[in-house]
Amino acid sequence: MMARLWNRRTRAFLLVMPMALFIAVFFVWPLVIMVKQSVSDTAVLQILPRTADEVAGWDRASPPSEAMQAALIADLRAATDEKAVGDMVRRLNSAQSGFRTLMSKTISAVAKPETGPLLAPVDKRWMQPPYWIAIADALEPRTDRYLLAAVDLERDATGDITQMPEGSSANRLIFGRTFWIAGLVTLFCVLIGYPYALLIAASTGTTRAILLAAVLLPLWTSLLVRTAAWFILLQEQGLINGFLLSTGVIASPLALIFNRTGVVIAMTHVLLPLMVLPIYSVLVTIPTNLMPAATSLGAHPLRAFVHVMLPLSLRGVVSGMLLVFMTAVGYYITPALVGGAGDQMISAIIAFYSTQTANWSMASALGMVLLAITLVLYVVYAQLSGRNSIGGRM
Amino acid sequence: MTIKNGIRGFGLVSAAILAFAATPGLAGDLTIVGWGGATQDGQREAYFKPFAAKEGIKVLEDSWDGGYGVLQSKVNAGNPNWDVVQVESEELVLGCADGIYEKLDWAQIGPKEDFLEESVSDCGIGTLTSGTGLAYDSEKLPDGPKSWVDFWDLKKYPGKRALRKGPKYTLEFALMGDGVPADKVYEVLATPEGVDRAFKKLEELGPNLIWWEAGAQPIQYLASGEVAMSAAYNGRVSNVNAKEGKKFVFVWPGNVVATDSWVILKGSANKEAAQKAIAFMSQPENQAKMPKYVAYGITNKKAAAEVPPELEKNLPTNVDNLKGALPLGVDFWIDNNESLTQRFNAWLATR
Repeated sequence: MMARLWNRRTRAFLLVMPMALFIAVFFVWPLVIMVKQSVSDTAVLQILPRTADEVAGWDRASPPSEAMQAALIADLRAATDEKAVGDMVRRLNSAQSGFRTLMSKTISAVAKPETGPLLAPVDKRWMQPPYWIAIADALEPRTDRYLLAAVDLERDATGDITQMPEGSSANRLIFGRTFWIAGLVTLFCVLIGYPYALLIAASTGTTRAILLAAVLLPLWTSLLVRTAAWFILLQEQGLINGFLLSTGVIASPLALIFNRTGVVIAMTHVLLPLMVLPIYSVLVTIPTNLMPAATSLGAHPLRAFVHVMLPLSLRGVVSGMLLVFMTAVGYYITPALVGGAGDQMISAIIAFYSTQTANWSMASALGMVLLAITLVLYVVYAQLSGRNSIGGRM
Repeated sequence: MTIKNGIRGFGLVSAAILAFAATPGLAGDLTIVGWGGATQDGQREAYFKPFAAKEGIKVLEDSWDGGYGVLQSKVNAGNPNWDVVQVESEELVLGCADGIYEKLDWAQIGPKEDFLEESVSDCGIGTLTSGTGLAYDSEKLPDGPKSWVDFWDLKKYPGKRALRKGPKYTLEFALMGDGVPADKVYEVLATPEGVDRAFKKLEELGPNLIWWEAGAQPIQYLASGEVAMSAAYNGRVSNVNAKEGKKFVFVWPGNVVATDSWVILKGSANKEAAQKAIAFMSQPENQAKMPKYVAYGITNKKAAAEVPPELEKNLPTNVDNLKGALPLGVDFWIDNNESLTQRFNAWLATR
């Protein structure tokens, strides 16, 4: 008996294993790495241990001492791992522009035995405190600078958290915009998707098949193709403007592309299936006799809808909204193609740090902030819409 | 099938997947990565096909849009699936310092003196020289702009303008538009006041300024009349003129000239074939075929001598075209790209 139970448990466990393994490898592990990346700051310390000791006693204002310079030369001579040196230079250049050329010059100079013990002959920038301050500030293995920078904050010379100088970073604005656009798109998707799902659910046979296909076909089409199609429709000499101009509805072309309007239109269309399908799947489970029953009891059709249909279908609406909003928050291609300069969303900024400058810490920190805000919004949403609607009984 | 067999089956499948994932990229098929478009179409005819035929190996192609992080993560992950990649000058310098490229064997390629000075490096060899500059459609603007100063002249030339979304090129053009001579641009840009000046100049165009990201976009904008003038790559301009009979003009003075190079990613499973391919693509007789496909300069001086004059006059390396041109400040951008892009994004976001 026990053996059979054990067997059954093992089987159940083994059946869940692939899923658990998948989540662990493709979700939990990357998440842990992301958290670690966003607070870890060992690139400089790893290469410059001697310099770290010397810099500890420095007053951050006077020219670097001879011991500091000698220690730096010794550290650079001892460094063998090119990639680790590259990471150090990237970290320093990110704090103080100019480090890249300064370091490559210095590294080739220290390869010659006659260089040293002073650095001024190599490059006079080494006499300037800002470069040494950048090193001094990069020696703690744990840092909050990336997380702070992700929301436009930094630490000043005394270590207090302050605002970054105006015009140097706009992440907060872009985060706000990201959630605002996602919210707008979700709203429009509900307004268009709900009636449409009602229509599909109410129709039968071929009509239903055609209406469903109209939702599913775009879903199977590449995102890029759909966005490009909107580009053709919306541009100044595009189909929509051409039609409106020729019929005399408008006198000059409407600005439909390279602005917020274009982004919201295109994203609403692209994400609409994610709203329609969950609502539809709930609607078809609602017995068709409920509405006539309510009407027969004297309810106005509108009242019957509000008190019977809407509450019953709310579960679909709630999950549709969640799906659309969460997908919209991470959107990248559509705003880049049909949006203007003022419509960039946060994914574009994350992509810049990861694919362009290889500043993984900054990319991770922005991702962390995005995740944190999204989780908070999710919790609020779950409270407001009632737990049952989201995860519970189906 | 019983559950037990199912589980065993699953185990086998996952073992197979793991084994597959752990297999290094199959040696033999060389993957060369360019930037797509007409340039890669030309490279296919002039380089990839003849090389594959000569060596009897298969050449696979891919294309990309740049980005140092992409290369770095491929190499750091081990077993890069790309062997030979066409990189921009900053990516060449950065990657060479970080050790993500294999060192080239110049003995196989030929004497370094045969190549333009800026195309010679330990990790890469220049393959094409492109110009990024002011372009317009002469059928729409018969008396078109002559300089970046004209680009900012909204009275004389009404209409929208397009620039590349990002600080590189854009800030240079803004300073030249503000009257800074080409040879003083990086000197001015190296100071905080110079950067402010460039951003202020961009501000002047207000809502008349739109942005492009891919090289094909400015050509579309010009063709559709969306913009009156735009920054564009010279090769794209020549190409649309040749293939679609357009009368676009590329203004040579004030164009920024940059060199792209071939590199081999570190850890490539086909290092030897990659080295041979790079040597093949750098031979004068092969390079000389390229200008027929796209009007970018070539780096082998012997090849340049063989290009017919009617093609040569459209190349950024042509002596007349080089007058007033600005060589891209590679050192400036490897130092300042991150901080200036951050500022550029912040500026864009608040506009």
